[in-house]
Amino acid sequence: MEYFLQQLINGLTLGAIYGLIAIGYTMVYGIIGMINFAHGEIYMLGAFISLIAYLAATTIGGGGVAVGLMVALLATMLFTALWGWAVERVAYRPLRGAPRLAPLISAIGMSIVLQNFAQLSQGARVKPLPPVFRGGFTLLEGETFSVHLSYLQIVIVALTVTLMAVFTFVIARTALGRAQRATEQDMKMAALLGVDVDKTISTTFVMGAALAAVAGFMVTLYYGVIDFYIGFLAGIKAFTAAVLGGIGSLPGAMLGGLLIGLIEAFWSGYFSIEYKDVAAFSILVLVLLFRPTGLLGRPEVEKI
Amino acid sequence: MAAAGSRMDLRRALADALVGGFVAAALAFPMLGFRLEDSSTGLSLGLRMGWVAAAAAVVFAGRLALTLLAGTRRPRSGPLERLGERFAGTRHWAGWAMIGLAAVLPFLPFADRNLVDKATMVLIYVMLGWGLNIVVGLAGLLDLGFVAFYAVGAYSYAILSETFGLSFWVCLPLAGLFAAGFGLALGFPVLRLRGDYLAIVTLGFGEIIRVILQNWVDVTNGPNGISGIDRPTLFGLSFSAMAPEGQPTFADFFGIDYSAEHRVTFLYFIILAMALLTNLFTLRIRRLPVGRAWEALREDEIACRSLGLNPTTVKLSAFATGAMFAGFAGSFFATRQGFISPESFTFIESAVILAIVVLGGMGSQIGVVLAALLLVGLPEWFRELQQYRMLAFGGAMVLIMLWRPSGLLASRSPTISLGAAK
Amino acid sequence: MTAPLLDVEHLTMRFGGLFAVNDLSFSAARGAITAVIGPNGAGKTTLFNCITGFYKPQVGRLTLRHPSRGEMLLERLPDHRITSRAGVARTFQNIRLFPRMSVLENLIVAQHTVLMRASGYSLAGLLGLARYRDAEAAAVDKARHWLDKVELTRHADDEAGSLPYGSQRRLEIARAMCTDPVLLCLDEPAAGLNPRESAELNTLLTGIRDEHGIGLLLIEHDMSVVMGISDHVVVLDYGRKIAEGTPAQVRADPAVIRAYLGEEEDEPLPPEVAQDLKGSGHA
Repeated sequence: MEYFLQQLINGLTLGAIYGLIAIGYTMVYGIIGMINFAHGEIYMLGAFISLIAYLAATTIGGGGVAVGLMVALLATMLFTALWGWAVERVAYRPLRGAPRLAPLISAIGMSIVLQNFAQLSQGARVKPLPPVFRGGFTLLEGETFSVHLSYLQIVIVALTVTLMAVFTFVIARTALGRAQRATEQDMKMAALLGVDVDKTISTTFVMGAALAAVAGFMVTLYYGVIDFYIGFLAGIKAFTAAVLGGIGSLPGAMLGGLLIGLIEAFWSGYFSIEYKDVAAFSILVLVLLFRPTGLLGRPEVEKI
Repeated sequence: MAAAGSRMDLRRALADALVGGFVAAALAFPMLGFRLEDSSTGLSLGLRMGWVAAAAAVVFAGRLALTLLAGTRRPRSGPLERLGERFAGTRHWAGWAMIGLAAVLPFLPFADRNLVDKATMVLIYVMLGWGLNIVVGLAGLLDLGFVAFYAVGAYSYAILSETFGLSFWVCLPLAGLFAAGFGLALGFPVLRLRGDYLAIVTLGFGEIIRVILQNWVDVTNGPNGISGIDRPTLFGLSFSAMAPEGQPTFADFFGIDYSAEHRVTFLYFIILAMALLTNLFTLRIRRLPVGRAWEALREDEIACRSLGLNPTTVKLSAFATGAMFAGFAGSFFATRQGFISPESFTFIESAVILAIVVLGGMGSQIGVVLAALLLVGLPEWFRELQQYRMLAFGGAMVLIMLWRPSGLLASRSPTISLGAAK
Repeated sequence: MTAPLLDVEHLTMRFGGLFAVNDLSFSAARGAITAVIGPNGAGKTTLFNCITGFYKPQVGRLTLRHPSRGEMLLERLPDHRITSRAGVARTFQNIRLFPRMSVLENLIVAQHTVLMRASGYSLAGLLGLARYRDAEAAAVDKARHWLDKVELTRHADDEAGSLPYGSQRRLEIARAMCTDPVLLCLDEPAAGLNPRESAELNTLLTGIRDEHGIGLLLIEHDMSVVMGISDHVVVLDYGRKIAEGTPAQVRADPAVIRAYLGEEEDEPLPPEVAQDLKGSGHA
């Protein structure tokens, strides 16, 4: 029981991180129908930038950990969002209207570029950060095992929930959200009606990248080690989460993220840690077979 | 008037380049401006703001040059474009020229062992590209996990030859069949999914296969891989320096001195033959009902259904056929390397093969060769610049796609015509 | 009179709470053109999608009597079997050709089932056996026949997507005919055609009916096509059948006029509609 609870907590934390990355995939896919393959690398850059920003803030500012973290979070979001914007501007925008696979290949190329850029600029070795956020609650004292909930886990989940709420509000209620939904439905028509399609798409990339930055920030704190290769697997998992939840759906991305996080946590807790990725993908295949548009995706009626 | 216009242009170009430079500086600031340094006391930061300035300067200059150049000529009809079009017209001739060159390559005066080795590597990718071309280029199914079938082929051969002592020539067809079987087994549940869903599931499948190879130690020897894989023989003639008891070696049989180059050349011709067979197969099958059904499926699945084509069968046949060729290529890879491990079958391989197909111009056979030369051949040459190789590789993928979104050679010739049908 | 080619009985198709087709029954005969007309959203295309297997109806039975293969229940066959086995071919409201394949290739793909068998599921074809070569030559002959019919022989080797609109429509009909159907379903074949093309279409369709003796099922808005060539007309409104009969009977039916022109019967007909209704009687 204790063990189960602990895995549940770990799974939810992991799932929150996947969910944040998944939102970037799902929004971009929703609006221009492409798999933004480089999104995982944006998240990886976010992790690096957050590490650098945190170190810079604490070194220069000399302020406490809390101030350092706040500054680092904001700086990470800002710079990572800029990366997200630049990638779209350079590698995807010129290919709007090109054959379907062209942006995908461009995205894969971009992902290779970013990965190697990080490796070359910051070295291939794993970057460790000593824990900055200690402490937590012990929820249950078992005989052999006690359930631990760290402050950091609370922060991660709380931050994720807050961001989700903000984004849902933005999409549902603001002019920007309306422009996004209009562009998603029909890009040409939206442009005719005065929506600045390029700007809307750019904003979508910026928003997705900012969320990925938060995810990168949290991962840096949570695991304390990062390297240039973390973007690939996290990216695939997050995209899987987006598909699982129903691509194009924001709550779906979150739900998918949580599910993938939980599956991974429980699978590695109870079965084998080596095959946790296999478990996540197998569940995806199963879900897609029975609900081809994902858990929360709108079922499509084939238009003939 | 023209002078005033060009001055305006220049000013605009300068402003544009300046913005680009600033953005580059901002992008570079965290990642290039600081350096994470490990030390005994933990992580610390080093400064190197010069790099930021350099990045900004490079982007400024590049952007400026690009805008000014773009102003002087129309981007769509550059000399390279025209070359491409002219080349497309003489494709038949070019194909034969390439085959001829490939056939004599090992005997050319400048061809050393190194070159033949690299050509072999390129040919493996050409064959893989041709295999994937069936799936992506003809049938329009986006497969991001093609490397899985390549891995199945390689491991099938390695395990069969190790466990049962079967020779390469016996294992080759078996490996192809195994890979095709995997293609069917995977395809059956997932081919109902539409485009991008299929992509993610195949990507996942590729990863699953790799994870299994890594962890199923009893069979695959895990991360350590399988070494000492048997080399192919020429009708029983071995290419090693010393043959096992009683068997003649190639050198003995022909009464020539042993040279390691013989084997390299022999392997080169094997893969050349295999690749050409793949090509021949594709050219033939395009003119058969299955091949036309693949292309029709790519064009419009609903129309296919309305004409009595069973989309599942059509997709499965494309998927399995592509997988079979990947399996062949995989077992060749195993026998060439003599050693395989899960390392060789990562997602990046799938990405490279897909890039070869798309960059080549989907469905174009010669395009695949060109793209393979460009993406695999060129980087092989720059091995010295090891660390920048992948960076340049990724960059090239983006640039070529921006330059020619529908691939290097994108035109398609009909598989049958009224004039030729008589 | 022999049993009809197609019997539609109590067909019902719902999307959510909306009845696109509601308890619809009618028949289509061999050697005759049956037209299904009705205002936009009356359920005509849904009906077609049910007959050709793209939708599976919740209620109802679709019986097709194939002259040589016997009776089949279409709602139980997957869509591709409806074409390859039951011999029902169709065209689409938004033309669905294989745009980057040549015109001839489009017609050859339509003969896939026959050619596939002849190629020994590709093996004989790969080996280049004569059996396959003969079958392919026959397929080309059939394609040539239909190309002549729809006057596209000149364009046989062009990309289908490069043809003008009217030619694409004709090509789609030719392609459907290459599957050797016993029932040809045409979804608004005259949409977007100019009057001359529309008249040519009439000739083509009556020609198919008279020469091949197959049944044609036609959805159409263009009254001159419907009234001019149909042998039997079924009128739908809100998924229900509101009238059925010969063109003349249907034209006189007050329910039909109401459905097309709204409830206020005292309002004069718009001139072009009145002319259409009148003029088409003589077409």
